[in-house]
Amino acid sequence: MTIDGKIVAGAGALVAAAAAAPFLPSYPLTLLTQAVIVAILAMSLDVLLGYTGLASLGHAAYFGIGAYTVGILATERQAGLAVCLLVALLLSTATAAVFGLLAIRATGTYFLMITLALGMVVWGLAFRWVSMTKGDNGIAGVPRPELPLPWSLGAPLPFFYFALVAAALAWAAMGILVRSPFGLGLKGIRESESRMRVLGYNVWLHKYLAFVISGFFAGFAGVLWAYYNGFVGPVDVQLVTSVETLLMVALGGPGTLAGGALGAAAIVFMKNFVSVYTKRWLLILGAVYIGVILFAPRGVLGAFGRNRR
Amino acid sequence: MSDWALELRGVSKAFGGLHAVDGVALAVRPGERRALIGPNGAGKTTLFNLISGELPVTDGTITLFGRDVTRTAPHRRAALGLARTFQITNVFPSLTVLENCLLAVQALSPVKFAMHRPLTGYGAQEARARATLEAVGLGGRAGAAVKHLSHGEQRQLEIALALAGRPRVLLLDEPTAGLSPAESQLMADLVKRLDPAITVLLIEHDMDIAFEIVRHVTVLHYGRVIADGTRDEVKANPLVREIYLGA
Repeated sequence: MTIDGKIVAGAGALVAAAAAAPFLPSYPLTLLTQAVIVAILAMSLDVLLGYTGLASLGHAAYFGIGAYTVGILATERQAGLAVCLLVALLLSTATAAVFGLLAIRATGTYFLMITLALGMVVWGLAFRWVSMTKGDNGIAGVPRPELPLPWSLGAPLPFFYFALVAAALAWAAMGILVRSPFGLGLKGIRESESRMRVLGYNVWLHKYLAFVISGFFAGFAGVLWAYYNGFVGPVDVQLVTSVETLLMVALGGPGTLAGGALGAAAIVFMKNFVSVYTKRWLLILGAVYIGVILFAPRGVLGAFGRNRR
Repeated sequence: MSDWALELRGVSKAFGGLHAVDGVALAVRPGERRALIGPNGAGKTTLFNLISGELPVTDGTITLFGRDVTRTAPHRRAALGLARTFQITNVFPSLTVLENCLLAVQALSPVKFAMHRPLTGYGAQEARARATLEAVGLGGRAGAAVKHLSHGEQRQLEIALALAGRPRVLLLDEPTAGLSPAESQLMADLVKRLDPAITVLLIEHDMDIAFEIVRHVTVLHYGRVIADGTRDEVKANPLVREIYLGA
């Protein structure tokens, strides 16, 4: 499939989701909304994992900071969408900018461990800084944003469209990013850092920028999540969230963006349907992951695209 | 102030107790073609890694066009006009030939930070990349994925990546490694055709190929320069004959 073909397929999927939404019962529609939001998080991680070759295990941190910012501002200060969005993006990006300084010096497993540790720091804050985050109780009652639209975002269907448009914008922005000269530089770093250095690239700087940009989009997903869920708690920033995000990208196909979105949808639906029958959801997830590693190590989209060139 | 394109003074590299490069002095004029020869383990590639900045020196100074670059990061040396190839092909295997070359073309321009529009919007870069590929004989392979290239074609791409940045000093680490005699000859012709303004330092195992390309040879043995001169002088040097030419 050519690049244009992929864009058409992706846009087709978005239109199909938009067209199907009014006919969906409320529970599947809720899950679809959830999938669309988590897809942004997965795509943001894919910029790091699939394009730059950096496996981050702390992506829930930027997601969580975006969500907490909205939670706190919307409940305690009754701030509107514009203020919440702006401050949340600023804070999650700034956190990525600081964490990036610490993490980018490491590679491979060490990078994984440092991002994990930094992610735990944010989780610790969410859990312990009770005066700010309400600790384990979390922040409940986050109101949906009010927009000058004829439909209230409080209803599931308008909110779904709101999330879908946001995801489409994020997908387009990241799609352009990975196809830009800068994005090509990221792929070069994934393939050979030593060659990139002697060609004249400041490899550290490119990785750092990718890390910060990735944190920005993760924070954006977090903003939508807070509005969607109406609740923000330590569970949103815990390690399992980071791990699940990593699995979404691995499942769908790293280095494809759309793969991350597909993986996000698959895991969100599986999680919610499987947990009706068993509490051992993580066991099933583990089995699925092992299956992917064994039979489609480049993810579902990677497996389809294998003979493309 | 020196007139040298590249000058090394007392350059050493020790890995623990092993002195891989030991007090090497080397001065190359602009536009000169110089070969670096020596048996396996003589420290030739290590010396290249020191010059390109991949490894820090233990001792000594490296100057590029009179500018001390001993502690300069590799990407800044590249910006000063230094390019290199690798003995073991070091390209971007899952990208296409054109994308590989584009990475090299944009490496020294601010375009590499552009993230607001797709690559297809950068016609000038693409034209330069295609011209570079044409120059090394890969013009017809631009759309192919690198992993599907033959070994010989990958060696050509190695050179293309180094040339794309329009270097002033070019370090070629065994460009003929693993090539058939016929392919080696083609590679030698390619190097001979390079712009005479480019200073070339060449590591070469095949003496015939080396002497075909260069007039001036430096011989390295156990990290030290043991001979330096024209091909005839070096060929006549008894020490060189003993350790390297085996005669």
